[in-house]
Amino acid sequence: MANVLSSIGGWVTERAPGLMPMYRKHMTEYYAPKNFNLWYYFGSLAVLVLVNQIVTGIFLTMNYNPSAAGAFDSVQYIMRDVQWGWLIRYMHSTGASLFFVVVFLHMFRGIMYGSYKKPRELVWLLGMLIFLVLMAEAFMGYVLPWGNMSFWGAKVIISLFGTIPVIGSHLVDWIMGDFLPGDATLNRFFALHVIALPLVLLLLVVLHLAALHEVGSNNPDGVEIKKGPTGNRWSALAPADGIPFHPYYTVKDLFGVGFFLLVAAFIIFFAPTVGGWFLEHDNSIRANNLVTPSEIKPVWYFTSFYGIVRVMPAFLGTAVWGVLTMFGAIAVLFLFPWIDRGKVKSIRYRGTGFKVGLGVFVFAFIGLGSLGAGVTDKVFPQWFGDIDLAAWDNNFGRLMVVLYFGFFVFLWAYTHFGWEKTKPVPDRVTMHD
Amino acid sequence: MGNEVVDHSRRRFLTAATATVGGVGVLTAAAPFIKSWQPSARAKAAGAPVTQSLKKIELGQQLIVSWRSLPVFIVNRTPSQLAALPAQDPRLVDPKSDGSSAEQQPKYAQNETRSIKPEWLVMIGICTHLGCVPNYVGEMKPEPFDPNWQGGYYCPCHHSRYDMAGRVYKDVPAPKNMLIPPYQYLDDMTVQIGVNPKEVS
Repeated sequence: MANVLSSIGGWVTERAPGLMPMYRKHMTEYYAPKNFNLWYYFGSLAVLVLVNQIVTGIFLTMNYNPSAAGAFDSVQYIMRDVQWGWLIRYMHSTGASLFFVVVFLHMFRGIMYGSYKKPRELVWLLGMLIFLVLMAEAFMGYVLPWGNMSFWGAKVIISLFGTIPVIGSHLVDWIMGDFLPGDATLNRFFALHVIALPLVLLLLVVLHLAALHEVGSNNPDGVEIKKGPTGNRWSALAPADGIPFHPYYTVKDLFGVGFFLLVAAFIIFFAPTVGGWFLEHDNSIRANNLVTPSEIKPVWYFTSFYGIVRVMPAFLGTAVWGVLTMFGAIAVLFLFPWIDRGKVKSIRYRGTGFKVGLGVFVFAFIGLGSLGAGVTDKVFPQWFGDIDLAAWDNNFGRLMVVLYFGFFVFLWAYTHFGWEKTKPVPDRVTMHD
Repeated sequence: MGNEVVDHSRRRFLTAATATVGGVGVLTAAAPFIKSWQPSARAKAAGAPVTQSLKKIELGQQLIVSWRSLPVFIVNRTPSQLAALPAQDPRLVDPKSDGSSAEQQPKYAQNETRSIKPEWLVMIGICTHLGCVPNYVGEMKPEPFDPNWQGGYYCPCHHSRYDMAGRVYKDVPAPKNMLIPPYQYLDDMTVQIGVNPKEVS
């Protein structure tokens, strides 16, 4: 038996001599820093969720009907009549939210430890593109069940493009393929959601990993292990502070997978809607073009950006400012490597200003999120009594917008003018032997 | 052959010419795919005018009819609602509908009440911000969103507010007054939405 296997292996190697070197380059001889911590689980977890979305998604398409007349019923059919259909759909819908949980934490890790800085700018840019495609993918997926929130969410998001002067209204008709979201819209979103964007996403993930493996992983100390001493147990030339990705980090990541699946299973089996946060109640009502839900809000992962649209006023006769600000809030993230001029990567050795600034940035992001999700509409009257809620929301939201962008202005000035007082960075990762 | 001198300018010209022809080809080939996203002939044909009788709409009541799949609000405005309209002017973005909202109604509805007959409001019920359907809040009493509420529309999406003529208040996300569709009276109590009055058109 072993003989047969090794002769098959020899047969393949003879015809594809690059396979084993590629495996070694990315797995057994990819030397990652030995001091990874909890924050380094989220990259591999994102891959896990991506696989979950693809597999469950393929099975959902087998029973889903992408038409305005049939979509809502076919989703109810999946939930009620298809054997185990409810599980497959809840795995998909929970996976979508958890995708953003792990991606947000993954991005925060990168900001904390300066993983976007030279030489990893390309890794960051590709990651941001993944984030952008993921948002488009999630939005279109949310439209497919054709509940009332799907319909109105689609209408609002597509109308964002209508605020562009001159071409706006034509652009909206072009995106919808009708004068309202309808069959044409649903069909093209289905095509984009199940094939076009997943292909782009997969390609970007491959490029993201390839770019990472060219320059090597960063670590919580922000130390370049490739610039440190060489020679470890496996190779005389490899960085002394690196360990082979396989088996060391594959095993570590497997532990993370186990824990993550435990949490995911709890949500899927006991609270798949998470009280309206993962699946909104209004989406259990059929799409109705004459009745807007009493409160339109996107799923939680879009609420921070949506909050920006909500609070920006119109002036000069156009509502484009809120939209520009929202897209600006995403675009500015792309520029992180060039806004932050600081040479020290990790938050462990950076100045107090960076730590406070990052805290303010997270506060503004969550503040805008709670505004966009309608949380402030409920808690402000409770906290402050009889108030002019619209004015409070606007003022609070605009303050958060200022803090969000202010963080980047501050970060640039702080690092450009040399105001940052950093601590000395060690030569090697802190846990070397 | 291998020793021949390479004519670089000739090579550059040929590369640029090939790239240009190829680029034009790609753009031309892309046009049908981009145009396939435009509203189809069937979608365009679905926009016939709609006729609605006003007989059963009571004072202060709103009826929503569908025209081109768009919600059209028809409101029988009360005298007190009408009387409160001029008082709103200082709080509005474009009270006379002759500034940023000049294109938001046909000429024959560009007046104080934004209508042909003062009591009947006929309006496309779509918020000019991002296209939600604002709620009709007709009662003139203090509301959580406005202590001096004189009746009007409140958008649940981003909290834009309009008065009883669909004119937008200041300091809300929506930039313009709501759109008045072309409409005409077939007789005293019947409107047709989607067609201009004969004498004006």
